Amino acid sequence: MDLDALYQDIILDHYKNPHHAGLREPYEAEVHHVNPTCGDEVTLRVHVADGVIADVSYDALGCSISQASASVLADLVIGKPVDEAMAIYQDFLTLMQGKGQVEPDEDVLEDGIAFAGVAKFPARVKCALLSWMAWKDATTQSLEAQHG
Amino acid sequence: MINGLLPELEVVRKDFPILERTLAGGLPLVYLDSANTSQKPQCVIDAMVDHLEHHNANIARAMHQLGAESTEAFEAARDKVAAFLGAPSRDEVIFTKNATEALNLVANTLAWPGPYQVGPGDEVVITEMEHHSNIVPWQLLTERTGATLRWFGLTDDGHLDLTGIDDLLTERTKVVALTWVSNMLGTINPIAEITRRAHEVGAIVVVDASQAAPQLPIDLAAMPAEERPDVLVFTGHKVLGPTGIGVLWGRADLLGDLPPFHGGGEMIETVTMGGSTYAPIPHKFEAGTPPIVEAVGLGAAVDYLGHLGLDKVRDHEHAITGYALDGLATVPGLRVLGPLDAAERGGAISFELDGVHPHDIAQVLDSKGVAVRAGHHCAKPAHARFGAQSSTRMSSYLYTTPEEIDALVDALEYTRSYFKLD
Repeated sequence: MDLDALYQDIILDHYKNPHHAGLREPYEAEVHHVNPTCGDEVTLRVHVADGVIADVSYDALGCSISQASASVLADLVIGKPVDEAMAIYQDFLTLMQGKGQVEPDEDVLEDGIAFAGVAKFPARVKCALLSWMAWKDATTQSLEAQHG
Repeated sequence: MINGLLPELEVVRKDFPILERTLAGGLPLVYLDSANTSQKPQCVIDAMVDHLEHHNANIARAMHQLGAESTEAFEAARDKVAAFLGAPSRDEVIFTKNATEALNLVANTLAWPGPYQVGPGDEVVITEMEHHSNIVPWQLLTERTGATLRWFGLTDDGHLDLTGIDDLLTERTKVVALTWVSNMLGTINPIAEITRRAHEVGAIVVVDASQAAPQLPIDLAAMPAEERPDVLVFTGHKVLGPTGIGVLWGRADLLGDLPPFHGGGEMIETVTMGGSTYAPIPHKFEAGTPPIVEAVGLGAAVDYLGHLGLDKVRDHEHAITGYALDGLATVPGLRVLGPLDAAERGGAISFELDGVHPHDIAQVLDSKGVAVRAGHHCAKPAHARFGAQSSTRMSSYLYTTPEEIDALVDALEYTRSYFKLD
């Protein structure tokens, strides 16, 4: 079993020094997602301004994969127009559900390509997706709050 | 050489075919997840295959030779389980799907009219170290009936905090439900003392023996009546048996007074469109076709344990647990949750390692062939009590060797170096 395929240095770096961590103002939506099988959890806030993901802030408890994933997520989507961020989300989802058969596009996913190896470990895919699912939920709520 | 190990451990291990297999990279299997589920000896596998190959039929209703053989095998399994528990009567042994269903059976039937009905003003007492399966059914019962749920807290060293027992157990207490051995902390609870105190206030005592049955000798008939629980449950797959079968033992007059749980075939005496009457125990609580081949497998499993001797199994677990506690203590940054004295605990040891999340520990250990469990082990309140979101748990059993504990400790050292903790 190739541990290094799972624990790429990029993942361990994000785990040790997570980017954009902590909960910040302002935000339109805050969500709390848990992985009931293992207890990993994330509280995540999204702030959308002028159709752009102005901020993603979070407080995550969990393994290296789930923590690093939150960090990479925030790096990728902050400052992006909502549509573009949603496309990145879709690409990441496709990668994680690809059982290791999907070739990631580094131009789109940047550090997120380090998670390609995680897709070969079915038990860990949920760890990598926890914060992304939370982000999609919060972003949807954020948009509804603004339009509602 | 460590004192107390099972005699001829290497021979015993040969009874478990799975222990021969290797994992990715040709690594030997180091199975330290027996509190999750135990491995199965060949005699259990053979008993189940033999039943399916030669005796398969539905029980208690098929008027042919196979039906008679299958019924006999199923009821013989009940006798074996009764002997395993030292049950005062074989009719007090009810087969269920698992321990969870057994606990739900009790919590559910206590909601209905009868001498033991739980209602507004009544109290149910559990503990903070229970498995979710011994928490949620009682939450459901008390929420549905207007009763109050209370619980024993825990001391910092992982024992039940009994200082408030006089306040907790009162004439309002109808049920005390607790685990004999914690699946997370490993703690062995003073069942006899708590049962005696509960009986003094007229409460019934429900014991979750899921972790106790595999490793402690149980002799219900030998217990003084005032210290004998009223209900005791365990699951088959943790005592070398298959999944899909659990056991509820209950005092005969209590089970007789409780209303039925599931309605269906086999649990009736007669049925008319106007109403039904019910079979006596044990069949009253065994509606529908039961897990027949699973019961046969469980019977073979408890027979096997009986041949080894539960006192010897307990001594082996004690010896391995002590050796493991010593080994884990050498790993920098490792904190064991629960009692640190092997005499006070069972063979499940949960721990935290500074700087590495339990998932990551389990993943790295798995890459070395060491199988453990990581997560909250269905005991979130117990984790919360100790400020832990999750933990890593190693759990040994009668086939565990000291060398396997060494492999665990080595793999933990490797985990620390992999995550660059030095």
